[in-house]
Amino acid sequence: MAMGSASTVPVVDVATAGLRASIDPAGHRPKEENMNSPNRLDLYRGMVRIRRYESRILQEYHADKKPAWDIGAGLIPGEMHLAAGQEPTAVGVCAHLEKGDAITAPHRPHHFALAHGVDMNAMTAEIYGRTTGLCRGKGGHMHLFDPGNHFSCSGIIAEGYPVACGQALAFKRRGTDRVAVAVAGEGAANQGAFHESLNLAALWNLPVVFVIEDNDWAISVPRSRSTATASNADRAAGYGIPGVRVEDNEVEVVFEAAGAAVERARSGEGPSLIEIHTLRLWGHFEGDAQAYRGADLETVDERDPIPRYATALLESGDLTEDRILTIAAEADAEVDAAIAFAVDSPVPAPEDALLSVFA
Amino acid sequence: MTVTEIPTRRITTAKAMAEAIALEMRADPDVFVMGEDVGPYGGIFGSTTDLFDEFGADRVIDTPISETGFIGAGIGAAIEGLRPVVELMFVDFYGVCMDQISNHMAKIHYESGGAVKVPMVLMAAAGAGYSDGAQHSQCLWGTFAHLPGIKVVVPSNPYDAKGLMTSAIRDDNPVLFLFHKGAQGLVWMKKNPRSIADVPEEAFTVAIGEAALAREGTDVTIVTLSLSVQHSLDVAEQLEAEGISVEIVDLRSLVPLDRDTVLDSVAKTGRLLVVDEDYESFGLTGEIAAVVAETDPTMLKKPLRRLAVPDVPIPYARTLEYGILPTREKIAAAVKDLMA
Repeated sequence: MAMGSASTVPVVDVATAGLRASIDPAGHRPKEENMNSPNRLDLYRGMVRIRRYESRILQEYHADKKPAWDIGAGLIPGEMHLAAGQEPTAVGVCAHLEKGDAITAPHRPHHFALAHGVDMNAMTAEIYGRTTGLCRGKGGHMHLFDPGNHFSCSGIIAEGYPVACGQALAFKRRGTDRVAVAVAGEGAANQGAFHESLNLAALWNLPVVFVIEDNDWAISVPRSRSTATASNADRAAGYGIPGVRVEDNEVEVVFEAAGAAVERARSGEGPSLIEIHTLRLWGHFEGDAQAYRGADLETVDERDPIPRYATALLESGDLTEDRILTIAAEADAEVDAAIAFAVDSPVPAPEDALLSVFA
Repeated sequence: MTVTEIPTRRITTAKAMAEAIALEMRADPDVFVMGEDVGPYGGIFGSTTDLFDEFGADRVIDTPISETGFIGAGIGAAIEGLRPVVELMFVDFYGVCMDQISNHMAKIHYESGGAVKVPMVLMAAAGAGYSDGAQHSQCLWGTFAHLPGIKVVVPSNPYDAKGLMTSAIRDDNPVLFLFHKGAQGLVWMKKNPRSIADVPEEAFTVAIGEAALAREGTDVTIVTLSLSVQHSLDVAEQLEAEGISVEIVDLRSLVPLDRDTVLDSVAKTGRLLVVDEDYESFGLTGEIAAVVAETDPTMLKKPLRRLAVPDVPIPYARTLEYGILPTREKIAAAVKDLMA
């Protein structure tokens, strides 16, 4: 079992008072802001927040699975799919979303959940299987439901796409300008549910943004051995909707592509597809030794989008070294609090397993 | 005291279903219908008759042949608070959309710890008897009843079809509404006269989870559902002339299962025949047997009998098909056997 590498963002304890005062933790933008001009600091902060979260979950997940690694052991049991490296997709897309917009995420959901405003404490408590969790311990990390934020995820590849179409259908029927975002990996684009959803959304002109996170790997199978087309964005043409492939795992490029797609959906012009070539920094799931990745694995740290963005922001003057440390510390403080909340929360009583089969 | 006459007229099961949907659509703008050929065609088995004319294409939506897509869309619409009535044309087509049904429709409420509701009706045609072969003739209600999280409703007559459909639409849970093609009262299929009956014009409900005593009797209990209720009623009338008094429990829903009505009847008669048009093994007949066995097997004067489709796919040729279906003749023989 090989553990993924931890984040390269430095961690220090510094005073953080006041810096977050005006910021929506979800990174949602006030409506009046120009969709085309990203708040670079918010984008950076959003990505760091996710990375610090995933890094800490990584640590905690493995901490009590020693010496004999047992997937079902410890405070966080079960499969764990972390999204390190894929922060630009969630932050770049969710920066355009408003409260009330919906997301269906796949089995690797934390980055979109956090970027869309799902409460970190309740989400963490769910991952720890506690009564204070989003789903009172019945869902777990692949089945997070937050109806207040219209957020859900599914562990079944591509099957969140039809559900997002239905949410979009509801938004449209009710005459709102809300949009639904359906997220899946590149491996999902070969599923029937993907194609059925594109057809349905195009046919009914639904306010959906289909997001494909192409992280090159469907567990161990590279896209060259799974997908007949070079770009899943090309598949959009088959349904008469715009398809864009974002080749760079850069948050501002994602932000720009997503802005156009969200705006199109919100204004009633219909669905779009965005494929983002992103990076799976760690294993498919924790415990994945990744021997199949070969040379690809040697360069992942160089391709980490967060230090690269930090460098760019330092050069442009949007960020200072001090601010980098402060942002990381702020994120860590929030994550620490969430973990503490989860660990201190009660575990469900066994008999609670019989509740909530029906409303 | 004045007795108020409730206006009724004789209508088919299909018309009763469509009428229930129409009444709910008039009362609640969140109710809408989608599925294959539910629009101008009115549903292949008449379940959406005349709805398109009244409510138009916006609320009675013909879908592509894309069951994963539109059932999933029904789920998404339901979690946003709409009340979709979605038709899967034949329940046999479950294979192309079972992930949405079992992993999403059935589980979201539970997985969310009760935070998300899925108030959705999935209706589908079931049943054999007209040589439609192995992929268009199954009942499969036992398959769905086995999966936690779906209410499974199976009416046997027009009155129950209307009342159960109204309840299903108003229910905050996913309800699978399985209607037998042979009990729809279709003009183009052989039918039992019991598929056309008096039904009130106004909206009314039949509670989901309450079995009906379709007929009272003292010698033998038949526990059954759907078209087999109609067959059993015919048999009971015939056997009455021979001095055998048959009680018939129409389950009306598998989930929830009304165990009390079953047990009360068996306690009274001491003889039990379970008739099911679904497959025999691991299904409804075994479940009813278990309910009795776990409660008090000594209430049976004789070992119970099961009459279901032996574990074979539904064959095409008429002789083969009726060779495996629970016909009136087989029901009568089984009852007599229990009385011997």
